[in-house]
Amino acid sequence: MSLEVPEPSTYDDVGVTEDGLDYDALESLLGEAVTGRESHATTEAFVVRADRVADALSVLKEEAGFDHCSCVTAQQYEDRYESIYHLKKYEDPTQELAIVVPTSTTDPVSQSAESVYRTADWHEREAYDLIGIEYDEHPDLRRILLPETWQGHPLSLDYNQDKPQIVTLREHENALEGDSRGESDTMFLNIGPNHPATHGVLHLKTTLDGEQVIDVESDIGYLHRCEEQICQQGTYRHQIMPYPDRWDYGSAGILNEWAYARTVEDLVGLDVPKYAQVIRTMGAELCRIAAHLLALGTFGLDLIGEFTAVFQYAFSDRETVLDILEDLTGQRLMFNYLRLGGVAWDLPEPREEFFEKIEHFLNELPHKLEEYHDLVTGNEILQIRCIDVGNLDPAVAKSYGCTGPVARGSGIDYDLRRDDPYGYYDQLDWNVVTDDGCDNYSRVLVRLREVEESAKIIAQCVDLLRDWPEDDREIQSNVPRTIKPESDREIYRAVEGAKGELGIYIRTNGTDKPARFKIRSPCFSNLHALPEMVEDAHVPDLIATLGSLDVILGEVDR
Amino acid sequence: MSTGSTNHSRDEYSRERDDNARFNSKLVEVLGSTPFIATKLDTFMDWARSSSMFMFQFGIACCTIEMMGGLAVKHDIDRFGAGVPRSSPRQADLLVVPGTIVSKFAPRMRRLYDQMPEPKFVVSMGSCTISGGPFQEGYNVVRGAEEIIPVDIHVPGCPPRPEALLYGVAKLQERTANGESSPVTAKPYELERFGDLEQDELVQHLADEIDEDDLVMRYNWSESA
Repeated sequence: MSLEVPEPSTYDDVGVTEDGLDYDALESLLGEAVTGRESHATTEAFVVRADRVADALSVLKEEAGFDHCSCVTAQQYEDRYESIYHLKKYEDPTQELAIVVPTSTTDPVSQSAESVYRTADWHEREAYDLIGIEYDEHPDLRRILLPETWQGHPLSLDYNQDKPQIVTLREHENALEGDSRGESDTMFLNIGPNHPATHGVLHLKTTLDGEQVIDVESDIGYLHRCEEQICQQGTYRHQIMPYPDRWDYGSAGILNEWAYARTVEDLVGLDVPKYAQVIRTMGAELCRIAAHLLALGTFGLDLIGEFTAVFQYAFSDRETVLDILEDLTGQRLMFNYLRLGGVAWDLPEPREEFFEKIEHFLNELPHKLEEYHDLVTGNEILQIRCIDVGNLDPAVAKSYGCTGPVARGSGIDYDLRRDDPYGYYDQLDWNVVTDDGCDNYSRVLVRLREVEESAKIIAQCVDLLRDWPEDDREIQSNVPRTIKPESDREIYRAVEGAKGELGIYIRTNGTDKPARFKIRSPCFSNLHALPEMVEDAHVPDLIATLGSLDVILGEVDR
Repeated sequence: MSTGSTNHSRDEYSRERDDNARFNSKLVEVLGSTPFIATKLDTFMDWARSSSMFMFQFGIACCTIEMMGGLAVKHDIDRFGAGVPRSSPRQADLLVVPGTIVSKFAPRMRRLYDQMPEPKFVVSMGSCTISGGPFQEGYNVVRGAEEIIPVDIHVPGCPPRPEALLYGVAKLQERTANGESSPVTAKPYELERFGDLEQDELVQHLADEIDEDDLVMRYNWSESA
């Protein structure tokens, strides 16, 4: 068990009892807004009237303590549209609740939740874009992932993919337009979609007053490669697993695969042998180290255009981790190593050599981390650039649904590995890292310290695996050849990915493919909070803040 | 190319070296007293071009991470004279396309390609840039870079290892050194003026939203690839 025992949750919130949530009490709290009740795999769901969404959610937030709107899933049935708000608590994410809002097919309008949870803004825009549900009282309802001139809503039932589409180039406004001297003091500046500092294809529409940023709007969707559609076309057993690797491609492969594995294992009730859980835990933490090193290297690059020391150091250490992962999985980046009910194959032979390789890396690591602290966190210039820049208040972070190192850098003690345990984490000795600084510096510091904690976890896993009895090395439980969950089951499950809470919602329809597959991406929510952090900042600080968020556009756009 | 005689006595050589301090290099040893090369300008240009490729710093998707791996210490593409990424397309002559191209990005990529000065070369990295790769079925995915721009070298893989990218770039260098160029095989989605598009239902439907002079790209998912 983790040394740091989570604080017992307060029982002041309505519906919290010692045996878990009392859903009847919660239902009566909402009164007549609730018209029915559904049962999802890990939680109960209330069906709420489309015109009472904001009321109901705000009561749940204020009185029942559901301060984390984890995800908003939208989908279309034959006879209705549905938006599902997956609520959790930052204090205890095992206390879950889903709010289901059905709307008619002819007039799919439902009240927006944006006034209660800021994060609903982007989620609802995505629901409008891909499914076609309209949200009343939404401040800015327009497409978010697809181009503005797109015809149809691709995940709705009547979408025809074969129809032609026209996309314009004009979204790049003229940087000097509206800057005619004397009339206006502001200048519009495009950053991206191709820019060395945007970590891929992100487009920031920035309005400047002199050198100060007075408004920034993220324009995303330049890497929207239809992951959800493709997962809905794949079979549970084999065809979906390769795709999670490509969501957060910053070396976080196994962490992402685990999100899918955990969701389906809980959906169908598959066991995972303990031995496989230890291997998974070890592989996942190696991925976390590689991902955090990538974040660190590119942060150095963003902050001071530093291509020589920090970037190259981080990449050379990352290569060592990739070598180990390649020995384990057979690939450098897209591991495709987890299987439902276990892993693809056992550790490479000779095992002892493999363990020694890992231990060699772990022994070197403290020295290297010290070097990083000298080079980065102890560097005065970097401190001046980072401390007290890009402030993210914990309350704001919660409202935007921030998770992962971004939330932990704002002092929010939230880590699903400990708070909603899976794998072998609850048997191991490690700590959740938080920092109260709330600025760019804290986020970088948290990542570096997390590398230390991951190393601790890996070392314990190696010890366990080395002593594991040879006749008990079961790598995969008995999994049926075709997985066909019964019809109309719904599940939302999340794991702690490299960037935060990576969740998956699946609805079954009795076939061997999911009827709806929704990905809750941590980067999506973290990036949404960017404008809050860069208000009145200078342009270089905007770039630094973006770097400290460590967004991977493949995961933002999916 | 021709080289001069290298039969010099030691004394002669050192005297000559003092006289020609500005030719004071190993080249003198190789080329002798007349350090000049006679060659065709084309050959010389091809040689220079292939020996210093300027890569455009361009990241799209997963392959970018491996491309960065190729630029960084372990693989270090700079060993082959192609390792200084340029942040502006106007300074680059090599475009590596590292990742899935989707509808919203395609017009921008076309624009970036157009901004590169001639002669320019394209290495497409990964399955997505060959055929759409694992995302081929996606409603929003352009099936391969050649739908938009001509490509010289395809590097297959999902993602290709950095070594594979290095090999692809080396192959391109070999080709440019020999003055070879690839046939243009693109079946392009062009950037066109909206007003020039053939009038059909979709164009008429969008007429209120798009200005006649706006540049647009028209996709036809079912007919591509």
